[in-house]
Amino acid sequence: MILAKVVGNIVATQKNVRYENARVMLCEHITPEGELTGNTVLALDAVDAGVGDTVLIVQEGWSASTTATGKAGAAIDSAIVGVVDRIDLL
Amino acid sequence: MQLARVIGTVVATIKNESLQGRKLLIIQSLDKKLEPQGKPLVAVDAAGAGVGELVFWCRGKEASFPFKRDDTPTDCTIVGIVDSDDHVFCQ
Repeated sequence: MILAKVVGNIVATQKNVRYENARVMLCEHITPEGELTGNTVLALDAVDAGVGDTVLIVQEGWSASTTATGKAGAAIDSAIVGVVDRIDLL
Repeated sequence: MQLARVIGTVVATIKNESLQGRKLLIIQSLDKKLEPQGKPLVAVDAAGAGVGELVFWCRGKEASFPFKRDDTPTDCTIVGIVDSDDHVFCQ
């Protein structure tokens, strides 16, 4: 899983049928210290995350489509599976 | 998934049987400001996209799932068309 910050979302009317009723969030990778790295990724929202939230993104298709749509085997490679409250580092 | 702009098409006569009839497009991935990020890729189209459109694409094994029963060999598939550049909301 990776740490990312939700920076926005996108709207698409014409999309794969398995994406229906899903929110596609624009996320940017962050370091454990919370700094934005500039690399962005689109992820389906499975936990009602909002813009500004630090989130956990799973980048494995089986888990991503199961959590985001309730059924495995969709063309989904990333899903938000958690909203991070706090990161403690040594 | 990543945002990308469709910048071209690919024509290939000789290809794997399960790629027959599939549209091959050249895409350039974009960052949150819609600026190019990384190298262009060839993607199989599963959304009816065309040149110039803003799309999003899926990587890896999951990319072949829209064509499921065919075992289509792809690791990069366009799965959606963003309504317009103004439909990317980024703070």
